[in-house]
Amino acid sequence: MATATKYIGKPLKRKEDPRLIHGLAHYVDDLVLAGMLHAGFVRSPHAHALIKFVDTSKAQSAPGVVAVLTAEDVRGQIGAVPCAAVLPDMKAAPRPVLATGRVRFVGEAVAVVIASDRYALRDALDLVDVDYESLTPVVDPEKAISKGAPVLHEPSPDNVAYRWELEGGDIKKAFKQADKVIRQRILNQRLVPVAMEPRGVLAEYKPGEKTLTVWSSTQIPHLLKTQLAAMLGAPEHSVRVITPEVGGGFGSKLNVYPEEAVIAHLAMRLGRPVKWVETRRENFLCTIHGRDQIGDVEAAVTKDGVLLGVKWRIVADLGAYYQLLTPLIPTLTGLMLAGCYKVPAIRIEIIGALTNKMSTDAYRGAGRPEATYYIERLMDLIAAELKKDPAEIRRKNFPQPKDFPYATPTGVTYDSANYQKSLDLALQKSGYAKLRKEQAKLRKQGRYLGIGLSTYVEICAMGPSSAMPAGGWESATVRVEPTGKVTILTGASPHGQGQETSFAQMGAEILGLTPDDVHVVHGDTAAVPYGIGTFGSRGTAVGGTAAYKSLIKLRDKLAQIAGHLMGEDPQKLVFGDGRIWSKSAGNKSIGLIEAIGAAYVAKTLPPGMEPGLDATTFFEPSNFTFPFGAHVCVVEIDAETGDVRLLKYVAVDDCGNVLNPLLVEGQVHGGIVQAVGQAMFEEAVYDEHGQLITGELMDYALPRAGALPWMETHRTVTPSPVNPLGVKGVGEAGTIGATPAIINAVVDALAPFGVRHVDMPAKRERIWKLMHEAPPRRAPRAPAKAAARRQAGRRAK
Amino acid sequence: MIPAPFEYHAPKSLEEALRLLDRHGDEAKLLAGGHSLLPMMKLRLAAPRFVIDLGRLKGLDYIREEQGMIAIGAMTTHAEIENSSLLRAKCPLLSETAAAIGDVQVRNRGTLGGSLAHADPAADYPASILALEAQMTMNSSMGVRAVDAAEFFLDMLTTQLRPGEILTEIRVPALGKGTGAAYCKLSQPASGYAVVGVAARVTLAAGKLAQIAVGVTGVGPKAYRAVNVEDALRGKKASEKLLAEAARHAARGVEALADLHASAGYRSEMAAVFTRRALERAVARAAGTKA
Ligand SMILES: Cc1cc2nc3c(=O)[nH]c(=O)nc-3n(C[C@H](O)[C@H](O)[C@H](O)COP(=O)(O)OP(=O)(O)OC[C@H]3O[C@@H](n4cnc5c(N)ncnc54)[C@H](O)[C@@H]3O)c2cc1C
Repeated sequence: MATATKYIGKPLKRKEDPRLIHGLAHYVDDLVLAGMLHAGFVRSPHAHALIKFVDTSKAQSAPGVVAVLTAEDVRGQIGAVPCAAVLPDMKAAPRPVLATGRVRFVGEAVAVVIASDRYALRDALDLVDVDYESLTPVVDPEKAISKGAPVLHEPSPDNVAYRWELEGGDIKKAFKQADKVIRQRILNQRLVPVAMEPRGVLAEYKPGEKTLTVWSSTQIPHLLKTQLAAMLGAPEHSVRVITPEVGGGFGSKLNVYPEEAVIAHLAMRLGRPVKWVETRRENFLCTIHGRDQIGDVEAAVTKDGVLLGVKWRIVADLGAYYQLLTPLIPTLTGLMLAGCYKVPAIRIEIIGALTNKMSTDAYRGAGRPEATYYIERLMDLIAAELKKDPAEIRRKNFPQPKDFPYATPTGVTYDSANYQKSLDLALQKSGYAKLRKEQAKLRKQGRYLGIGLSTYVEICAMGPSSAMPAGGWESATVRVEPTGKVTILTGASPHGQGQETSFAQMGAEILGLTPDDVHVVHGDTAAVPYGIGTFGSRGTAVGGTAAYKSLIKLRDKLAQIAGHLMGEDPQKLVFGDGRIWSKSAGNKSIGLIEAIGAAYVAKTLPPGMEPGLDATTFFEPSNFTFPFGAHVCVVEIDAETGDVRLLKYVAVDDCGNVLNPLLVEGQVHGGIVQAVGQAMFEEAVYDEHGQLITGELMDYALPRAGALPWMETHRTVTPSPVNPLGVKGVGEAGTIGATPAIINAVVDALAPFGVRHVDMPAKRERIWKLMHEAPPRRAPRAPAKAAARRQAGRRAK
Repeated sequence: MIPAPFEYHAPKSLEEALRLLDRHGDEAKLLAGGHSLLPMMKLRLAAPRFVIDLGRLKGLDYIREEQGMIAIGAMTTHAEIENSSLLRAKCPLLSETAAAIGDVQVRNRGTLGGSLAHADPAADYPASILALEAQMTMNSSMGVRAVDAAEFFLDMLTTQLRPGEILTEIRVPALGKGTGAAYCKLSQPASGYAVVGVAARVTLAAGKLAQIAVGVTGVGPKAYRAVNVEDALRGKKASEKLLAEAARHAARGVEALADLHASAGYRSEMAAVFTRRALERAVARAAGTKA
């Protein structure tokens, strides 16, 4: 890339913001079609039950009701929910779009009601009478895979969906040589993605033209189109998927859901447009959840803290069915379990467990936050055990910059990194040494400051097709219009990431225009060439590269034309200020519009050149990218309540080259906030009956602005060699890096109480109990207080 | 999120509202700010056939001083209470409590009357209303009656209000010199409601705790006066130690609630912590040592 840039690398404000801020954008719920009907789903209140009988008669005859359908009515007409993951020995757990004979989680759709308006619809939903015979649910994944548990799906009588095993290096030797073996159980609780906009689908079928158009709040319009065609048996060329504005996805919309197929089917069946918009309660119950793993680690280390080998056993709760990538996500955890360290030997066993809960699937970070959390907790456990500084332990185990590309024992190759540099910068910017002094001073006063570190690496820019279930490339078409405006059609499907801005910056830079001259189109399968979508921090690294390559193709073509018109060597032309300049001859230039005109009018083109200005690239990356960074978090714990207050957060992230630092910062901030959510507040709790007891925002605690510290963001820049832009991706880094930094800070604060691990979320009562079960070892003032409070508690009970 | 069908009425006067209430009896619900009622209706946990909106009714939205008391109309919003210069000067406890409720949107819509009539066990006002020994005025077509705050809250979501009655006015004392009060709250992280909320009001005379009232919300099924704390303090000289010891009685005899966010034991412990904090702050304010 050029060294001095006009737009690339500049903090331009987002082009998409004004329409969002002014309320002029259109989400699925804003779309209204003539004759549109409304659909709603009758959902199971049971976690596990047989469906004995569904009586739809009362609902059928209710005012405004057009139809009520059950599984029986769509039998053979809509295929099962697709799962793209293929793993060795994976057992089938297919999900019918409407529950067939049996329900396996609370919220599973049993019937669909279609009515002329939302009010009639809502009333009619209560009139569908479903007779259930309840079965014993299995909620705990470890119980699910133990003997005698109720069985969810016949093909896996032990509720084990699969076992995924990986071994690298000589693990036996590692443990034989170890000075110390460190063990810990580490939980990654279940989370609800809670995108601000719930899911929504609108479908319209035109019987004359035989075209089906589906508007869906999705991250993967093209894959959805293909899957819908397959599920409905419709010719794919007649199916068009459009994503209007998508109000957040975080992976929860990287999926194909039953409702998408059912609504499309209804539009075809009834010959009228049909819309469904998810309620918040439905969003909690039946949009995919994230995380939910139980990790057990055993690490072999030397007395100096050098890692010799690590054994991991992970039980991943997959829920009741496979959604698009359900079984695959835990294996991403497996791939990243070496973290940013030299791990000579590793053994990993991952067991996918089926339970009577909503499916888990990709949620921001998708498997990597889990891995990073495990390994970063482990590094702190090692440091605590050996009484060494956590920064020192990390540094000791980093590969050196010269070791890159670096192959891990899990079989991936990290592209480029300088872990030492990002850690040093984070320590310096946070004033780490001073913080430690401050901490020691405060402890003497009975105040508990905690300093947490996390040095992470993640796997991004998903990815080479060889490693992806459904292709890992991305497409982009760039069109220079006759009036000199530029359209970039991208197969990526941005929904908040800001690529309408960053791709426009690229277009402006390369063609010598302004970002206002460049318009980015995405999310319409009839307009945009086939693409894969936006997830796995791939939008810029893969989709952006495709756009870049198409832009270069057009720039080269325009240079050829201009060279021909000017009688200059095309190689010696530069683009800027809407003109094409000759580097050799004085200030000679022609307007870009002249070259564009020549391409369209096609009278003065170089001999043999095709008219038009349209270039398409399908970019296939050679590898993933591996962004990394170092985060420092400072907390203080209120000993009386157990409340954790975040005092300070310093993030150093390396996502390679940066197209727009404002967008990068936004992604980092948002990612950290979501990590604060997991570390401190959020948990999806199912009770023993399989009821989701955190099914609304009055119980499921999201992080609020008031709970957040000042976030300081810094960067190191290690360009990725796997794409010409040198970018790595930053969509998930914050979430991946921050969770362990926060918990490490909490555990560090509790060190005087002999605490070595705290499970997430670090809820105040949990912390308070830890502090009051064991009086602090060193702080002289607090024990008396703690004892007094314990007494008070006894009296109060 | 659509409620069951209902008939909507917007009476222009209290008399008209009372007539409607008489006519529709059990099947009617009063609508104030709607921030408790509407969510319940949308979730279909409540399905009144008639909704009587007090929002168009004039004369229930005021804050004024009357004979050493401050009279507050039931339809006064949390935001108005938070920002009232009269309350801030003469009964800042209520403004402090209002400021601790929900967020700006909730405070702009929710009303004092609605919150008290709803009697959510985790609502903030009840603690302060008890500590202030407020008087509640209720109107019905039969006439007007007033009860003390201590008698108003009967149980979870249950008050003295009888069918056909509207809570119309809440009277709180103007706090004089030598009196200090404070509201301290531990918020539930998701809803923002009180896990524990403690309001303390103390009057110092000759260096002693002459008058003392402590209201506790969030801990039990209804807000209550922590009489054991009050008894342990009355007539004594305030000290850090005394306040801490007395505060330990905050949840004595109360069957504490338990939920995902706080077990019964933890709630009781936090009742003690927040009672001590509220007392310390109230005493400091009474003594004029801290704002
Ligand atoms: C997101 C959110 C967060 C919140 N956080 C808090 C919080 O932190 N702390 C807190 O205390 N509260 C909180 N609330 C509740 C809020 O304060 C409500 O506004 C309040 O509890 C009810 O007041 P309202 O005016 O909205 O009453 P409504 O919802 O209109 O009515 C509530 C009930 O009282 C009855 N009623 C109303 N007015 C009268 C009257 N004058 N006479 C007789 N009966 C009457 C109604 O019939 C209904 O049964 C929160 C609410 C929301 C939505």
